[in-house]
Amino acid sequence: MNLTLKIWRQPHTRAKGKFITYRLDDISPNCSFLEMLDILNEQLIGNDEEPVAFDHDCREGICGMCSLYINGRPHGPDDAITTCQLHMRKFRDGATIVIEPWRAKPFPVIKDLIVDRTAFDRIIQEGGYISVHTGGAPDANSILISKEHADLSMDAAACIGCGACVAACKNASAMLFVSAKVSQFALLPQGKVEANDRVKKMVAMMDELGFGNCTNTYACEAECPKLISRSNIARMNREFICAKVS
Amino acid sequence: MTVSFLQFSSITKKIWMALLGLFLMVFLVVHLGINLCLLRADDGQWFHEAAHFMGTNYVVKIFEVVLFAGFIFHIILGIILQLKNWLSRPVRYRISNRSVTPFLSKYMIYTGGIILIFLIIHFMNFYFIKLGWVKSPVPLLEGGEPDFYQGARWLFEQPFYSILYIVLMAVLAFHLNHAFGAAFQTLGLEHNSYTPWIKGFSTAYSILIPLGFSIIPLYFLIFS
Amino acid sequence: MAELNSKIPQGPVAAKWTHYKAHQNLVNPANKRKLDVIVVGTGLAGASAAASLGELGFKVKIFCYQDSPRRAHSIAAQGGINASKNYPNDGDSTYRLFYDTIKGGDYRSREANVYRLAEVSGSIIDQCVAQGVPFAREYGGMLDNRSFGGALVSRTFYARGQTGQQLLLGAYSALSRQIKLGTVEMFNRHEMMDVVLIDGRARGIIARNLITGELERHFGHAVIIASGGYGNVFYLSTNAMGSNGSAAWQIFRKGAWFANPSFTQIHPTCIPVHGDYQSKLTLMSESLRNDGRIWVPKNKEDAEKIRQGTLKANDIKEEDRDYFLERRYPAFGNLVPRDVASRAAKERCDAGYGVGDTGLAVYLDFADALKRLGKPVIEERYGNLFQMYEKIVDEDPYLNPMMIYPAVHYTMGGTWVDYELMSTVQGLFVAGEANFSDHGANRLGASALMQGLADGYFVLPYTIQNYLADQIKVARISTDKEEFVQTEKAVRERLEKLLAINGTKSVDHFHKALGKIMWEYVGMGRNAEGLQKAIKEIRELRAEFWKDVKIPGKLDDLNIELEKANRVADFLELGELMAMDALERNESCGGHCREEYHTEDGECLRNDKDFMYVAAWEYKGPGEYVMHKEPLEYEEIEVKQRVYK
Repeated sequence: MNLTLKIWRQPHTRAKGKFITYRLDDISPNCSFLEMLDILNEQLIGNDEEPVAFDHDCREGICGMCSLYINGRPHGPDDAITTCQLHMRKFRDGATIVIEPWRAKPFPVIKDLIVDRTAFDRIIQEGGYISVHTGGAPDANSILISKEHADLSMDAAACIGCGACVAACKNASAMLFVSAKVSQFALLPQGKVEANDRVKKMVAMMDELGFGNCTNTYACEAECPKLISRSNIARMNREFICAKVS
Repeated sequence: MTVSFLQFSSITKKIWMALLGLFLMVFLVVHLGINLCLLRADDGQWFHEAAHFMGTNYVVKIFEVVLFAGFIFHIILGIILQLKNWLSRPVRYRISNRSVTPFLSKYMIYTGGIILIFLIIHFMNFYFIKLGWVKSPVPLLEGGEPDFYQGARWLFEQPFYSILYIVLMAVLAFHLNHAFGAAFQTLGLEHNSYTPWIKGFSTAYSILIPLGFSIIPLYFLIFS
Repeated sequence: MAELNSKIPQGPVAAKWTHYKAHQNLVNPANKRKLDVIVVGTGLAGASAAASLGELGFKVKIFCYQDSPRRAHSIAAQGGINASKNYPNDGDSTYRLFYDTIKGGDYRSREANVYRLAEVSGSIIDQCVAQGVPFAREYGGMLDNRSFGGALVSRTFYARGQTGQQLLLGAYSALSRQIKLGTVEMFNRHEMMDVVLIDGRARGIIARNLITGELERHFGHAVIIASGGYGNVFYLSTNAMGSNGSAAWQIFRKGAWFANPSFTQIHPTCIPVHGDYQSKLTLMSESLRNDGRIWVPKNKEDAEKIRQGTLKANDIKEEDRDYFLERRYPAFGNLVPRDVASRAAKERCDAGYGVGDTGLAVYLDFADALKRLGKPVIEERYGNLFQMYEKIVDEDPYLNPMMIYPAVHYTMGGTWVDYELMSTVQGLFVAGEANFSDHGANRLGASALMQGLADGYFVLPYTIQNYLADQIKVARISTDKEEFVQTEKAVRERLEKLLAINGTKSVDHFHKALGKIMWEYVGMGRNAEGLQKAIKEIRELRAEFWKDVKIPGKLDDLNIELEKANRVADFLELGELMAMDALERNESCGGHCREEYHTEDGECLRNDKDFMYVAAWEYKGPGEYVMHKEPLEYEEIEVKQRVYK
């Protein structure tokens, strides 16, 4: 395959960035998208240019480190995958691919396609946990949890914190991310104890960091590599109302 | 008031947005009911009675204040939320988003804005006349009250106004179509058992109400 | 330092840990505030240790190279975590888990450590459930278990195919809570560059801020390394791209001995290699072997035709298929331990029965299970894995058998530690995959998660206090002290040296070349000649690297190539040590298979008389390593040949 790539290059956070066009030839359709970028970088190093900086780590769709807004879609033109699981066979020969970093006020660009997502960590630090200390936990089977609730909780807990929901949302809202964590615990008896405090604090931090609010457009759900459902957002709203009125 | 408004969390603002929206939707049903009286071939007798009741009953008068407040807060909240959303992405994407999403949900601020313009026109044509701020284009009734039946006829018999009215009703339909279901989602009312019903009702409501309103100018256009 | 003291407590194995805890030194709560601990790595071991220590009151600093602690590669573990809860009432016990782990490790692990691991395994599950980890449940609300390789009981707890993720997120949430409380300070996008020793004790690290490129000095009364394994020395592995052995190698250079470096686990069920550009291998959970059957064609001609593409797997008749694991190991069948399964697959492929374009693949077939259980059940059990396979290979595994081949997955070897998880450097602790202690020559499935969390939640919070108890009088040391300055200077010089080479070949070029040597000679099948060749070739490659590597960019900037180069430079030394260790060990055991040593029916031939020891290597200079032996004594377990037939 022969490709034209338009890639956002930005030397550091405060620098002005711009798109630069690269040509890349003879790419195998079985190549993954990030392997294609590896090949581009090899080419750049060969030409004494600085390689394109992008985030990635596990390359099997679970760590959530890879990002990239590819031709108008976070994680590119396929459903339920991360960028590292995207393969070049999803593009046609001769295609032009525009690659941008995640864009959101709380996700500033660090370099090229790398953005800072510590905002997500800060939201979790506000209450994305159950306050138990190590040791002294009761026997695991002393807490019975219905399969249905355990499964729903797991559905929500599958979030990998990649930020595609924010990147896709027209409002750069983090509602899907926050609600996934709130839901995971709201569905479990262990999580009920601190439920009110948790949802209020996490939402407050989400607002403070500058994420937008939800206008129920559901681009988040459409782009989530782990298919986290919008019903988690409804559940968080419910939790929030309960927390406010109780 | 606005200061503490801003301090509300995003979800609180949205919950108010949703509650006010649902309240306004109930109002639309009442409004449509009265409007449909125009269609009765009694030279506006029913319509006048309804209008008179609405204009003089004290409970309705209290509700009128609530209604205005509802409109104003719905609009202000909508603008505040939208400004925050625009600020959340200071650098835009080169390629606009291609995610598969419900089309109308992305344009609520725009459809809302158009409805606001309509609202102003609507007030000029009716409510402000009642307040005496604007002069009625048609003679007053015997008691000195404005004659809204003739006023409506006068407006709807102008094809330009009627078509504009129908177009604006279509915009209202777009706004309502997303709004109804979204309000329930925002209020946390989501469940496999009833969400499909809400969705169906939302579609029906968003078509029937604006259609109901649109029948009136069509009627006057055709039969005048 | 010349002698290894594993500090195993007295008494019968079942009482050792209790005895240790009852007699160890503890730090008074008021003094804990005055003690700083550095943790490197935020995987299961690092995050759980940092959270637990922060909770106790120590001042903790934790470092990871990723953008968030939640990304550590523990997250990729799929199948599950073992614990001897005996919930299914199928005969499990602490002893049985202990026994299975020792046997699974082919009698090359330390009894006392493994027993402790089995002993605390149940508490891990309790802890994780309390944290809100959504383990799979039965309809009655109790926890569900599944079976894994190398065990006759079902003791594996799981959260779909994402157990590692859920456990890591549990540890990450505990860590996040401590960060919020201010007991733990987080340094993401920071990479440890060296350990700082003062008077022979670990007193801090030099870290590089990966965004600005700045070198930073951090003090700690003790340092915990939980940086994971070094499987990426093979270039292609199931590790994350950033996983590296540099922290382990830095401390090795500073006096922390390295144990059993050659013990590498090759995981049998990975998606086969498909091209030169490939950057990593994807693992398919071992749990697939619960229902999938592994086979190759019985006839070479059929295999040949499949490779040429003229015959499809489904065309091969039942009687023409060789279910080689079931044939060779009727008792355990497809659920033999990983080393055994990997080796058997390699044996078939080497003999010419392999399938796929390259002939380096075997089939993992679900046709029977689909017939027996129906598609919905299979989908519920393995749906995400099947989907992953289809995305990568572009073939529907519900219709055609999957193709799998072994790939490097885990390193049992690592920094030598005593019973307290302290290395041969005072105050330098090593936890999780980074240490060598619990898995011997082969790790059983679902045991890595158990070990990481055991070390972090239930071992280090105790043992580190035994060390820190007599450190309370040591005031925080200024990072302006000479040792910090000198260590930082050495790091800077090394990085500048790398940048100054300005050769012609990229870092990846060298990494791939190293990976090829390692896979060829230090992979699944090893022999003396090949290992000697590997040592020679690695040395040449290392010399070439230091002459000809090309690293664009600057030192004081985000520079990914420089990060990689620094790691590959260490791999180029570590690879040689692995080959040396493999060459020394003239026996086959677990994942270490020396082709010269096998039984008549092709099984591993251990030599317990001469090699029942831990090989602990000491650094004497580049390429100069001296081996010390820690003899292994089995008091509770009768050492036998490992039979899964």
